[in-house]
Amino acid sequence: MAGRYRIGIDVGGTNTDAVILDERLDVVASVKRPTTADTGDGVAAAIDAVLAASGVDAALIGHAMLGTTHCTNAIVERRGLGRVGILRLGAPATTAVPPLEGWPDDLRAAIGDHAHLLAGGFEVDGRVLSPIDEDAVREACARMRGEVDAVAVVGVFAPIDESQEERVAEIVTEELGVPVSRSARIGSLGLLERENATVLNAALMQTLRQMAAGFVAALRERGIPATPYFGQNDGTLMQLEYALEFPVLTIGCGPTNSIRGAAHLSGATDALVVDIGGTTTDIGVLVDGFPRQSAHAVEIGGIRTNFRMPDVLSVGLGGGTIIRETADGTTVGPDSVGYRLPQEGLAFGGSTLTATDIALAVGGAEIDGLVAPAVPGAVGAAAWAAMREILEDSIDRMKPNAAPVPVILVGGGGIIAPTELDGVAELIRPDHFGAANAVGAALGEVAGQIEKIYRVDPTDQRASRADAAAEATARARLAGADPATIEVVAVEELPVAYSDGTAVLIRARAVGRLAA
Amino acid sequence: MTSGTTAPFLTEADIDEIALGAAVLGTGGGGDPHVGSLIAKRLIRLHGPVPLVAVDELTDDDFVIPIGGIGAPSVSVERIQAESELLAALHAIERAVGRKATAVMPIEVGGGNSMIPIAAAALAGLPVVDGDAMGRAFPEAQMVTFHLAGYGPGTTVLVDHHGNEVVSRPVDGGWSERIARAVTVEMGGGATMIDYAYGGEVVRECAIPGTLGLAQRIGRILRGRDADGRELRDDERIDALCADLDAVRLFDGKVADLQRSVDGGFTRGAAELVGVGADRGSAFRLDCQNEMLLGRRDGVLAAVTPDLIAVLDLATGMPITTESLRYGARVAVIAIPCHDKWRTPIGLETAGPAHFGYDVEWVPVEDIAQRSGAHTTDEEAA
Repeated sequence: MAGRYRIGIDVGGTNTDAVILDERLDVVASVKRPTTADTGDGVAAAIDAVLAASGVDAALIGHAMLGTTHCTNAIVERRGLGRVGILRLGAPATTAVPPLEGWPDDLRAAIGDHAHLLAGGFEVDGRVLSPIDEDAVREACARMRGEVDAVAVVGVFAPIDESQEERVAEIVTEELGVPVSRSARIGSLGLLERENATVLNAALMQTLRQMAAGFVAALRERGIPATPYFGQNDGTLMQLEYALEFPVLTIGCGPTNSIRGAAHLSGATDALVVDIGGTTTDIGVLVDGFPRQSAHAVEIGGIRTNFRMPDVLSVGLGGGTIIRETADGTTVGPDSVGYRLPQEGLAFGGSTLTATDIALAVGGAEIDGLVAPAVPGAVGAAAWAAMREILEDSIDRMKPNAAPVPVILVGGGGIIAPTELDGVAELIRPDHFGAANAVGAALGEVAGQIEKIYRVDPTDQRASRADAAAEATARARLAGADPATIEVVAVEELPVAYSDGTAVLIRARAVGRLAA
Repeated sequence: MTSGTTAPFLTEADIDEIALGAAVLGTGGGGDPHVGSLIAKRLIRLHGPVPLVAVDELTDDDFVIPIGGIGAPSVSVERIQAESELLAALHAIERAVGRKATAVMPIEVGGGNSMIPIAAAALAGLPVVDGDAMGRAFPEAQMVTFHLAGYGPGTTVLVDHHGNEVVSRPVDGGWSERIARAVTVEMGGGATMIDYAYGGEVVRECAIPGTLGLAQRIGRILRGRDADGRELRDDERIDALCADLDAVRLFDGKVADLQRSVDGGFTRGAAELVGVGADRGSAFRLDCQNEMLLGRRDGVLAAVTPDLIAVLDLATGMPITTESLRYGARVAVIAIPCHDKWRTPIGLETAGPAHFGYDVEWVPVEDIAQRSGAHTTDEEAA
């Protein structure tokens, strides 16, 4: 039967993981390969390895999902970014802070100096702040011709009314023929953060296009007939075409995939996911099967944005965390021997006392072929207690409320966790925990989300809610969901202060299974 | 509250420190100074450093203009100010009163309105007064020290991004608030406002001196440098801040429960904390209406408005707003004694617990601390 398998790939900073799942979403095989400078080579190698390990016929793979930190790295390293034209529709308002204010100089230089502040925008109550001036838009286009690879269009209160952004995007397409990013489709209220995210999105369009080309070629060369998908930061997938339009949404998919993968491997839908690596422990929150998103402004490469990111707490405790005896007592980290643990750890014949050594010494963990190192009893007990307190504290900080929660433990450093922790209802250590990221990438749900301000009759908000739900459903379909399976999973309303009382912000989210 | 020691000019490098300190003095409200700090830094970059003038340096010939933003935070972060609003407002008050502005000042040092006067001063080439009319943030227009001394709002100006100017002469602070709200809604939920514009003699009498310098000192300490320029570790900052401000570290705890609702322009609510560290075994309740206004430890009054209650991240010392408080956050609650102008019958009537509907008697925070033996930093500082 065609298309019964799916392949998931996670391109991380160190490793590229690949996993093949069967139609019941059970893991058939998982592999790890080093990430390569040209990410396509590492992806191709991981695909070859997982095909070989699984014995699955390439022709039977129906879906291929890629999660990648490529776009994040492009921003952080200011590498491979496109030149971006910026059309802000907001004059005569917003002139006190022009576009790109507060951006680091090197990032500004990478995208070029092509910002225009033009007439436009709406008021919070839906009135037109200023009509757009089409001649001025065409004139700005003329000045950017040949100088930009993509254009960001950002209107004041566009999340309330997208019509001006739509018209300006049409004109830009006519005049310049380059891809256009519109702010209302990228972020929520907060002009500067939304503008920053939209500009980054535009700058990443060619970055992701190149990455996608490598991925698609790798699939084709191996005779894999799969539809390619990209993981996004809220734990759902985007079809290739959608990802090419919203590359910025791939940022943050790494931690998200780990959380989703852990959820799948354990079967839990509401839990904390504790990913213990060599250097840090990353804790995410799983709510109704999806990662909880951060409520705070997120900085990427030194600029503030407001797009959706998983809420992850990172603390300096991992398998390689260095334990010291000092005059003030026993200290835990925050530094680590990291990937050198198998050489430097006491139990491995090295000379550094690490968290892994403590776990072995106090009998909290066993590793085949290793003897528990000799650690003075008082030091072992103090360090073990301190490690336990760090984990309990961090878990407590991320819990949605005071009730005990199930905790899913993944990551290579997981052995340093005690089997019982305060505030934890159940500690789950799933099989295949090392492949959680790639499994998360392969899981097949797609979502559509909308956040918009509506003018409503306070006595009847159903029409607005229905409209938001319909829009979210349409976006889920666009992202590749099977229309028959799309469900609206959340509709939230938030009143807008200082308006005349009839403005309401509505967020809606719809999720469906991948179309076959 | 001790007055600040300030440089004669504010440069771009000073702004982030002042903004951070202003967020602390905002006591959980007052709006995020982020957008305002971008405006101030840009205008200083374009027009040069802003001279800082002390309150007691003002002469009778000075005409001092308090300028700031009014409206919903959700509007001010989306429909950002037009640069033209700043000069338009200054020119409008000059025309209406027939007197040339010689300085601007913050009406409210807590939160985003600490930044707008600095931006306006840079643009207009005027000095900014190192002082304000609250020493903190408050939600209502009459909660200013001018009102406490018997002065009304005077001629008020509201200006928007289109260039609309509304000049009014409300009979008192209550009417000023009512008229400003109505006009602000028509202006799209946000506007630039001037009120309580007075001569130097009135400002000398009424303003709380040194509050911009104070904000900068707070910001500097929380960014890890004490008054002598010594580096501070993360875990030393909150104590260093309390020592500098004669403030009381009321409680270290984590948020165990939150109730919050939006009602008109106000966020009302309460947070319940359970103690950590030295406060393990105790509980603390914080009540807020935009700002944090009342703190009770194990049911007993610990601090109440008009004294300042600020909530800081326990690990970093960064201020946390009422809106961003969330379950599990580890926080330190500190209380800063308010200026003596608020510790008067009229001050307490205007902004004391009864005005906000709290059934407690105001007691100076330092007296409560002394009585209960809470770990005030006075002894450490002495």
